[in-house]
Amino acid sequence: MKSLLYRLDVKGSPYLYIVPFFFLFAAFGIFPLAYTAWVSMHEWSLLAETHTFIGLQNYKDLFADEYFWNALRNTAQIWVLSTVPQLLMALVLAHVLNQRLRAPTFWRMTAVLPNITSVAAVAIIFGQIFGKDYGLVNWILESLGLGRIDWQAGTASSQIAISVMIIWRWTGYNALIYLAAMQAVSKDLYDAASLDGASSFQQLTRITVPAIRPTIIFTVIISTIGGMQVLAEPLLFGGASVTGGSDRQFQTLSLYLYEVAFSRFDFGYASTAAWAMFGIIVIVAAINYFLTSRLRRS
Amino acid sequence: MRPALNGASLRRRAVTVAVPLLAAALVMTTAACGGSDDPAKPGEKVKLTIATFGEFGYKDLYKEYMAANPNVEIVERITKAEDHHKNLAAHLATNTGAADIEAIEEGWAGQFTANPGKFYNWNDYGAGEIKSQWPAWKWQQGSSAKGEVVGLGTDVGGMAMCYRRDIFEKAGLPTDREAVSKLWPTWEEYIATGVKFKNANIKGSSWMDGPTIIYRSILGQQAVGIYDGDKVVVESNPGVKKAWDLTIDAINKGLSAKIAPWSADWNAGMAKGSFVTLACPSWMMAYIQSQAKDSSGKWDIAAVPGGGGNWGGSFLTLPKQGKNVAEAAKLAKWLVAPEQQAKVFRALGNFPSTVSLYEEAVIKDFKNPFFNNAPVGQIFSNSVKTMVPQYMGPKSGDINTAIQNGLTRVEQGKQKPDEAWTQSLKDVNALL
Repeated sequence: MKSLLYRLDVKGSPYLYIVPFFFLFAAFGIFPLAYTAWVSMHEWSLLAETHTFIGLQNYKDLFADEYFWNALRNTAQIWVLSTVPQLLMALVLAHVLNQRLRAPTFWRMTAVLPNITSVAAVAIIFGQIFGKDYGLVNWILESLGLGRIDWQAGTASSQIAISVMIIWRWTGYNALIYLAAMQAVSKDLYDAASLDGASSFQQLTRITVPAIRPTIIFTVIISTIGGMQVLAEPLLFGGASVTGGSDRQFQTLSLYLYEVAFSRFDFGYASTAAWAMFGIIVIVAAINYFLTSRLRRS
Repeated sequence: MRPALNGASLRRRAVTVAVPLLAAALVMTTAACGGSDDPAKPGEKVKLTIATFGEFGYKDLYKEYMAANPNVEIVERITKAEDHHKNLAAHLATNTGAADIEAIEEGWAGQFTANPGKFYNWNDYGAGEIKSQWPAWKWQQGSSAKGEVVGLGTDVGGMAMCYRRDIFEKAGLPTDREAVSKLWPTWEEYIATGVKFKNANIKGSSWMDGPTIIYRSILGQQAVGIYDGDKVVVESNPGVKKAWDLTIDAINKGLSAKIAPWSADWNAGMAKGSFVTLACPSWMMAYIQSQAKDSSGKWDIAAVPGGGGNWGGSFLTLPKQGKNVAEAAKLAKWLVAPEQQAKVFRALGNFPSTVSLYEEAVIKDFKNPFFNNAPVGQIFSNSVKTMVPQYMGPKSGDINTAIQNGLTRVEQGKQKPDEAWTQSLKDVNALL
């Protein structure tokens, strides 16, 4: 009897311990996902009493919807514009923080300060910095004799402005992740390299980067997922306009979803867009996975 | 940018906390059943929640009401306007969470009046007897197409034209508000005066801010706007095209400062005089005063071209979820009564929707010192009394955004007017 209980305890209790998680995951993860799929097959206005089943019509409409593709393109562009400089700068910043500095904790904390600032505050401040008439950037451009830019009006200029916000918020965060990885790299390698006369930059590219490659891949994956979900920056940059500019020049996928769901109250179509986004993230994650496993093997 | 990661770690932490919480919550909800949700029995204290947004100026009124009605306890919920309406929509859709009294703003009202089934009909709660309190258009804005009364009017926007006295003087234009009003009986003359101003070549100042405000003001004066009955008539309605064409004309003549409303540049421009005229509903006065604190006496207020108009204003509704509807109706009716509207106006300047008040000293003699002592009480009550009622359907807000985006594309030089109009029409049709 005792041994049976013991065996049950050993074999059974681990499952019992993780049951609450799956219970909650089902309630807050699986159920919304499935319910969204159900809603996406209806003509479902938030306030209407009746919801008509229309099968896959919403999906057909979505794939023919040029504003959906426009939002996807914008999202990809903003992702590239923000992630590439951000990760490069984070790498350099981490390399600098990894040197012997006075008050290292102070510098490391400073690096994450932008990240703990509320995104709304960041977006409002940067909205002012990129203002057409009284913005700091245009003031500098003008004093250099370069003329003003209407940052919101252009496709490239608006996406650059939004990317700058994202870069500002996330560079320090990634730098700290890199720093943590760098500290695990053996100091002997650097000492040996110094003896051989390698410059700091050579040490970064030849020793540090190869050594922390898994971490770099991790940050790329994380910023891909994050990049798909950019919402507050374009929303607030456009002065709370859900269309992301007069020509939707900086409307991201999340912002498009937000427009459909909370401006038009068209939950059926918004759910369709949400599922399409989910599909895109799965595809991107799969590509990431294949690239990563290839990199690991090489 | 990385809410995914934050979300995941938050969720993980939530799990450890949530299990005991969930268990506790389950116990509590069962216990709560049959308790507070039931209508109050006589002699019991009634708890009324009222959800508003921005600044309704009701705080002191709640105290006054609770003092006079000791059986009532008022709980207030204040959110930002955007969030308030989204929350309300979600609460109505899920049939839970709405307050006993919910305020709605004109711009969103159409979406709610299109679903009158979610609200108690004010006609069943004695609204018919006080109907004469409001101008017909305000009453109608709060009603569904079939005549169910969803909301009772609180304040209105009215419409006037704010202008910069100091810069008008520099440009050699009259500065006295009577004379300024005479400059622009119509929008055509407003634009012509703008051309005169432009020719005076004042550096750093344009005639108007951008296309949105002028378009909305002209559109608001048409007898038929976006909707005719429950049909969207943007394409065929000459009124919409008129507002579009006049705005395009003003853009083509170089009168616009190309500043988007509610942007940082717009706020700064009010103080610095980037634009010298701005169509002003009454709530805009408070906005200008907060953004251009040091410009007291520089802004003044004249009549709006085209005569009359309204932009903004709110309503009080009774969602069907509410259990204490009789008490809630009593409180809401008290809040929108003329005496209370006058108190709110005196404290905060929210312009009353009660026509009878306009003849009383509290409104008639009210002058705003910031605006060079303009008799704003008279100016706004004139515009409210002479305005043409217009039906605003459920999708007006999104449709106007599509049209305003078209105007902005022209202003930003991205499209020719015809192309912009065609694309705007396409966008409007996609919304239907």
